[in-house]
Amino acid sequence: MSTLTMDRRGFLKSAALAGGGLLLGFHLGADRLGAAEVVKASTLTDSGEFAPNAFIHIAPDGTVTIFAHKPEIGQGIKTSLPMIVAEELEVDWQSVKVVSAPLDPAFGGQTAGGSTSTPSSYMKLRQAGATARTMLLQAAAQKWNVPASECAASDGRVTHAGSQRSASYGELVAIAATLPVPNEKSVTLKDPKTFKIIGRRIGGVDNPKVVSGQPLFGIDQKIPGMLYATYTKCPVFGGKVKSANVDEIKKEPDVRDAFIIEGTSELSGLMPGVAIVADSTWAAFSARKKLKVTWDEGPFANDSWSGFTQKAEQLFAKPGQTTLRKDGDVEAVFANSAMKTIEAKYSYPFLSHLNLEPQNCTAHVQGDKIQIWAPTQNPGDGQSVVARTLGVPKENISVTITRVGGGFGRRLMSDFIVEAAAISQRAKVPIKLQWDRTDDLQHDHYRPGGFHSFKGAVDANGNVAAWKSQFVTFGNTPERTGNGASLGADEFPGRFIANFHSEQTIIPTNIPMGWWRAPGSCTLAWVLQSFIDELAHSAGKDPYEFRMALLGDKEFTVPPGERGSPYSASRMKGVLQLVAEKSGWGKKLPKGQGQGIAFHFSHRGYFAEVAEVTVTKSGELTVNHVYVAGDVGSEIINLSGAENQVQGSVIDGLGAAWVQRLDYDKGHMVQANLHEYPMIRMPAAPKVDVFFRKTDNPVTGLGEPALPPLAPAVCNAIFAATGKRIRELPISKTDLSWS
Amino acid sequence: MTYKLLVNGRSQSVDAAPDTPLLWVLRDNLNLVGTKFGCGIGQCGACTVHLDGKAVRSCLLPISSLGEQKITTIEGLDPHAAHPLQKAWVDLDVPQCGYCQAGQIMSAAALLASNPKPSDSDIDSAMSGNLCRCATYLRIRAGIHQAATELANRQEATT
Repeated sequence: MSTLTMDRRGFLKSAALAGGGLLLGFHLGADRLGAAEVVKASTLTDSGEFAPNAFIHIAPDGTVTIFAHKPEIGQGIKTSLPMIVAEELEVDWQSVKVVSAPLDPAFGGQTAGGSTSTPSSYMKLRQAGATARTMLLQAAAQKWNVPASECAASDGRVTHAGSQRSASYGELVAIAATLPVPNEKSVTLKDPKTFKIIGRRIGGVDNPKVVSGQPLFGIDQKIPGMLYATYTKCPVFGGKVKSANVDEIKKEPDVRDAFIIEGTSELSGLMPGVAIVADSTWAAFSARKKLKVTWDEGPFANDSWSGFTQKAEQLFAKPGQTTLRKDGDVEAVFANSAMKTIEAKYSYPFLSHLNLEPQNCTAHVQGDKIQIWAPTQNPGDGQSVVARTLGVPKENISVTITRVGGGFGRRLMSDFIVEAAAISQRAKVPIKLQWDRTDDLQHDHYRPGGFHSFKGAVDANGNVAAWKSQFVTFGNTPERTGNGASLGADEFPGRFIANFHSEQTIIPTNIPMGWWRAPGSCTLAWVLQSFIDELAHSAGKDPYEFRMALLGDKEFTVPPGERGSPYSASRMKGVLQLVAEKSGWGKKLPKGQGQGIAFHFSHRGYFAEVAEVTVTKSGELTVNHVYVAGDVGSEIINLSGAENQVQGSVIDGLGAAWVQRLDYDKGHMVQANLHEYPMIRMPAAPKVDVFFRKTDNPVTGLGEPALPPLAPAVCNAIFAATGKRIRELPISKTDLSWS
Repeated sequence: MTYKLLVNGRSQSVDAAPDTPLLWVLRDNLNLVGTKFGCGIGQCGACTVHLDGKAVRSCLLPISSLGEQKITTIEGLDPHAAHPLQKAWVDLDVPQCGYCQAGQIMSAAALLASNPKPSDSDIDSAMSGNLCRCATYLRIRAGIHQAATELANRQEATT
């Protein structure tokens, strides 16, 4: 098993100290099993390690263990967050042991989503490291009877230059553990100019295990006595089980049990289905082929994408359901004959996340105690959903967070976790629930599809004078958009155009919707930056210059503690300028070749991208080269991981825009496996050059914000190459041939 | 049925239904979980192993078809996990989530065994059956080139 479960008492002490600042005397804590126990207020764990907070353990032999508290989903967080701790702790990175933390309130929030792990942890982890360093300095000062201010920490040692004394952290552990823990906000942080670890290229801490096939992932978990389970749900979302041949299934070879789970109507919770429990994965899969279920498909069984398309056309002809933003008077501008007006409609399909590791979860329910091992981005949610569905207190549910074979937002949902728990509860044995690829494609929480209608006007100077849009989107209720299916009132170019009117209308559906890498932005950037490109061409302007003019000099800041949408035109223009320079923007290219540019602000990051494409006369597209400029604040924590994220985002964004598409018919997703759902492969991957523009701003995350500008940059490049404007995704649906 | 398999140089006795794919035999029966399940239809390459040195998709190979062929998994690729590809993968920090990488390395190892100095397009065609959902393709390609260089240097040193 990849993750070590930490000594429970050690955690409680750390939690008490970090959270309550109870430094002296005794703290009464309740342990996970519900029994009250008295915890001695010491920063020494039962195994004799110094633990000034939940993130750091230092053993008397000098071993430094840093706990990585966020799920590793491929975003490199298990490496980059401990780097921050190690930086302030002043230890050699090579000497650090990084261990995945289990779900525990001592760590604060443990969700990995929305590219928030870095911004929410950066200061907290610097303070955690600096707190331990401060205490070790004080310990040395006490030991040598010198002022702490004369001592210095470096490479896991404290030295006192005046007396030429030096001690390793391990030697100082015993004294440090007797000291009060200073307030984390009072400790002195390092000057970023002296950083030794932050900013370096550091390989992923699990890489040696990854390349040698060691057990790491959810699917790799094995516990004694474990059986293997499958769970079959109605292909029509929300459908219920009427009956199933479970008695016949129970007679199949190596099958131990088969039963119907009534479930709930919560699309992201325990939906109704049929469980099969067997001695091996293959036995469960084989028995499932003989499973016959009669479904009550419910009221959505006749819905289809073509129906949605017709509905969207009807809705575009009417005023929208909700006005998102209304500035100035767009109609007056459109009525002005001196204005050049254009209109366009865009659409894109639902998409699956397609994590390469299909959903799975290992669960062991014993009465009202539950153990979960899950490849999840959202362990706290998993615990909550299991608690409310099975009626077990949260405190009785332990969650081990395994390495995750791809997140992309899919594993923010906990359906597979609660299914595993429900099956184990009923079967009364530990089980590993294993979805197959068809389960995964047909029971995702999809990136929502959508339809957009635009009307824009440019004035005689070639500036945008008016912008009107209607977004026809989806919701699981008529009033509320689905996850990742909404357009914000402040979304660019809102606030940047004097006459601006955006509306939104919801088509109700039972399709589960979820957060797909850069939710909202992953589709909105494409439509917005494509239509901006249409306006630029209609104004006869260079698409880069047109964008720089549209951004102008507006700066929207949000005071600390207040809600709102910041937007810095200067930061965006900074990355636009950088990407234009690096890509040689504006080079003259023959027909069939083109450059396209786009930018987008999301997840606190400013990104601009230029794509270079070639389209043959017969319409064969090659994306040759993508240039990316990004501004995610003052530091890039791990340059190797950062570039990997950006290159991955670009190629992922390209695959999604170019070839991916789910068809929805008769209330269910049509595609059943990869032969019907193409993904981008190595031969189609372009060269990707990444440039970071460091600015004096808070350090923010990189899992998502490089993805959104890619699709419009490529589509704008296709327009430059061929004169063909892509208004429907995937790109592969459009004939790109030219003459 | 009981089958005798030769896995990573060791003879193993496995009790399984004849149609059980090698993938699940490795994972469930032999505790060799480095070989991954992705699609079950040979489209993603996460389950790639070597059968007598050739890269194959273990999700499509029933145990009854294996006979005495030599099976090599990621766990057995190198006794010290120091195959030039494994070293290059760590050196270049190739993985993101890492789920596909065992399959990638096994496909790449078979490629290098037959073509020690592959071009970009040789690599593209040999690796196009291996999906990387995180899209680490550029580093995978660089990793194969780096491993090829190391192999060539070793060759030079021994001749």
